[in-house]
Amino acid sequence: MDDETIRLITGCAKNVRFRAGDAIARQGEPADEFFLLREGHVALEMPAPQGGAVRLQTVDEGDVVGWSWLVPPYHWHFDLRAVSEVRAFSIDGRCLRRKCDSDPRFGYEMMKHFSVLMADRLEATRLQLLDLYRGPAAASNP
Amino acid sequence: MSATFHPTDPAALEAGAMLPEAFFVVSRNEETADTFTLALRPVKAGAQRPFEPGQFNMLYAFGTGESAISISGSPEETDLLIHTIRRVGIVTSALDRLAVGDTVGLRGPFGSAWPMDEARGRDLVFVAGGIGLAPLRPAILHALAHRGDYGRLVILAGARGAGDVIFLDQLHEWAKEPDVEVRLTVDRAGSEWPHHVGVVTTLIPRAKFDKANAVAMVCGPEIMMRFTAVELAKSGLPDQSVFVTLERNMKCAVGLCGHCQFGPEFICRDGPVFRYDRIRHWFSQREV
Repeated sequence: MDDETIRLITGCAKNVRFRAGDAIARQGEPADEFFLLREGHVALEMPAPQGGAVRLQTVDEGDVVGWSWLVPPYHWHFDLRAVSEVRAFSIDGRCLRRKCDSDPRFGYEMMKHFSVLMADRLEATRLQLLDLYRGPAAASNP
Repeated sequence: MSATFHPTDPAALEAGAMLPEAFFVVSRNEETADTFTLALRPVKAGAQRPFEPGQFNMLYAFGTGESAISISGSPEETDLLIHTIRRVGIVTSALDRLAVGDTVGLRGPFGSAWPMDEARGRDLVFVAGGIGLAPLRPAILHALAHRGDYGRLVILAGARGAGDVIFLDQLHEWAKEPDVEVRLTVDRAGSEWPHHVGVVTTLIPRAKFDKANAVAMVCGPEIMMRFTAVELAKSGLPDQSVFVTLERNMKCAVGLCGHCQFGPEFICRDGPVFRYDRIRHWFSQREV
């Protein structure tokens, strides 16, 4: 990212902290922010049909969490829970969307970065769906 | 020096590559609901089988059949041969029914080994999926036993769920060793799981190793190894520094029957360990 892009993002950022176990976001609620993790672990979860939650993925220091702020209708697609003490930058999604609307170059930069994030998550989810560790060995090992 | 049988040498066959030797089961350990470990000792005194990390034996459940099983123990401990086995078919189910004191037939060791000599002085990155940790374990134990010969050790282990992780206690022990990084992930978990959740490839960008001077050794389902190689390449590790081990339905184990053919290679004879750039092309071919 160039300096101008970083300046525009940090203009919408603030520091946040969460304690282990805190619910950071809930599926279906307005996604008015995303997070850049500075420290700690965050779990992406979905409510399980049988109760409780299924943990889909965990993300760590340096990871970006949340793309729902960029995709209408701007609602979280999953729950976010702090697995440990978490320090992060919270980036205001509404603030950033306004900047994207008024500066198409910046908007395109955001789209490029978040489409990579979405593609990575999609690929990881596809691999999870393949259920890699079941089945194939049965065919090769009598 | 290993007693590896090289099938291109006809003397190897005469030396008994096709003749099973009787081994006692001296212990068994349940790793997960469908995976167990057998420790074997030769019935005949002095019939130990030295091996190199990555090699496999043919285990013969008498009256049922043979199966190729990677050796999962330390190459430094030649008294016992350790095999970790997943119960998936009739032979492995018969092996699962063996009790301490029973005998099993054994041929081997066979096949190529992890490049432990070539990897000297470099960081080692082990990427294991599911029971793929078993064939990597001898290489990890060798590296730990010769710690000064290698740089940083990174062990990335993935499994289906919390109950499917093999050698969990040992992973925790390895993590306590200096300059050893262990990261564990499962594909799915409840909120009680304390480690990472996600496919094993997601651990690669987080791992700390010298991309310019590292060797990766990868074992797991083929699609997992393919995506792992892609992720390692993205992180700066070329395919020439990535080694994978392949599994097929091996029968003769000496490159004669052709059951384990993979493109131009016979996995039992030319593998099971291959440098990735050598077989990369065949990974993307259907029906190979």
